[in-house]
Amino acid sequence: MKTLIELQDIAKQVRRDIVRMTNKAKSGHPGGSLGCTEFMTALHFNIMNADPAHFTMEGRGEDMFFMSNGHITPVLYSVMSRRGYFPVDELNTFRFLGTRLQGHPSTAHNLPGIRMASGSLGQGLSVAIGAAVAKKMDGDKNLVFTLHGDGELQEGQIWEAVMFAGSKGVDNLISTIDYNRQQIDGTTDHVMSLGNLQAKWEAFGWQVVNIADGNDMQQVLDGLGSARSLTGKGKPICVIMKTEMGYGVDFMQGTNKYHGTPPSDEELAKALAQLPETLGDY
Amino acid sequence: MINTSENIAMKDLRSGFGEGLVAAGRKNPNVVALTADVTGSVKMDGFAKAFPERFVQCGIAEANMTGIAAGMSLNGKTPFIGGFAEFVTGRIYDQIRQVVAYSNKNVKICGSHAGITLGEDGATHQTMEDIGLMKALPNMTVLVPCDANQTHNATIAAAEHNGPVYLRFGRPKMPNFTDINEPFIIGKAQILNQGSDVSIIATGHLVWEALVAAQALEKEGIRADVINIHTIKPLDCETIIASAHKTGAVVTAEEHSLINGLGDSVAHVLALNCPTPMRMVAMEDRFGESGTPMQLMEHFGLKSKNIIGQVHNVLKMK
Repeated sequence: MKTLIELQDIAKQVRRDIVRMTNKAKSGHPGGSLGCTEFMTALHFNIMNADPAHFTMEGRGEDMFFMSNGHITPVLYSVMSRRGYFPVDELNTFRFLGTRLQGHPSTAHNLPGIRMASGSLGQGLSVAIGAAVAKKMDGDKNLVFTLHGDGELQEGQIWEAVMFAGSKGVDNLISTIDYNRQQIDGTTDHVMSLGNLQAKWEAFGWQVVNIADGNDMQQVLDGLGSARSLTGKGKPICVIMKTEMGYGVDFMQGTNKYHGTPPSDEELAKALAQLPETLGDY
Repeated sequence: MINTSENIAMKDLRSGFGEGLVAAGRKNPNVVALTADVTGSVKMDGFAKAFPERFVQCGIAEANMTGIAAGMSLNGKTPFIGGFAEFVTGRIYDQIRQVVAYSNKNVKICGSHAGITLGEDGATHQTMEDIGLMKALPNMTVLVPCDANQTHNATIAAAEHNGPVYLRFGRPKMPNFTDINEPFIIGKAQILNQGSDVSIIATGHLVWEALVAAQALEKEGIRADVINIHTIKPLDCETIIASAHKTGAVVTAEEHSLINGLGDSVAHVLALNCPTPMRMVAMEDRFGESGTPMQLMEHFGLKSKNIIGQVHNVLKMK
């Protein structure tokens, strides 16, 4: 368990990793990654019961995590390496030929911590439900966590899965929505409005927890802690977490411009000036 | 060779699947089954009754079912997902691609009511493209048994195989002629008759038609190898090449589109290894329509007489 200050320091380093990785790869998705940095840090360092040093595909006797919005690998890989799933130096290889750090998560390259490919959107919730149902069959009391983009909720399969989990009472599942209201073609309101998300999930039989500011570490810890305490009561849990895409770098924030565009060399220098090195660069 | 004019018991392949699934479930407590509101149609009711705690009803949501199965496989389960062949392949191709094939999960995709013999429901439900779709996916094993007994054994073999499998079978009652005691070996073609003039290489319901054709051809003095390709992928290239080398003429037969089916797989192997005159019996590049299974087989040229016709054609090319 890390203290609040420690978690905040890790998050600062993770943000440096994100902009450096995407700049070096000349590709990747920094915007959503920066927005989910507090969540991924809190989840992996404090919330989840998992042992990075002894990763198994089966994940028996521990919590499992599935990142359905597969494009935000920069934050996933940075946090996983900082948590000890694989050497931090490997972040240098992100998106290069022969890497285990594929553009989108892959099981074909044996990277510890990855249990399922994602990238084609809308599929991770179904996978997580399967893992959660199997845990119940096996009497394993641990939990399954997911992360979804809000734009991803436009995929129909999400709602098949939401209906299944609500109707079957999959109550060992905590799904978080990165509610940044941005997607490639503009705001979610402009592209296809998500409507009243809380009412939608509740109507499908889920318990909803709100995090008003998903870039405030304490709020993320409190929200996820509260979600955990609500498991095992017959309903799956949905965490609606408001974030800012690009949070932490002033010119990347509040725009969808950096959804899938890396910072240039000049932009990287500007970004790094705003992001103190805390744990040490890879 | 089996005497095809004798009375042979009739049985639907999907019933062979249902019974095989129960047998696989008895053998292995990790076998679980999922369906999308077609439990009885795909004959999963036996499993659901025998192992209710290992059966998951997913509702009419095949994409979600596929993801759930992939997730369950992580914990060491062997999930079988069952549905109409079109809706567990074409409808959810990308889901299969990402979380089953690319992620290389131990999920068995079981497509019932495959092909034109689905019958009266018509073209929306008659997939003639599924073999092609599934064989194109890396990591995927593609099984197309020829009768109920073989479907039973293929189901057990699929459970014992570690990795993604597509198992294809049909709806109507068909001659049930293979030996239930003959083990199903994935990737090993069955030689059902030895000849010297032509090789008839068939899969699924067309294997029976191939035997009927071979028997008729024998009366004309044409002796045919009859080979059952119950595993489309990995293909038993060795048996195909050896037979083509021996007879010098090949006819393939399948209840699938001419495009991307067994015929294409065989043509590919022969073109690279042993170029041989060849003809194909398969569905033209078109959609099906309503009718009884037998009427449709006849209408779309998937009967023994069509195989015989193509044997005559290919022999002229020798």
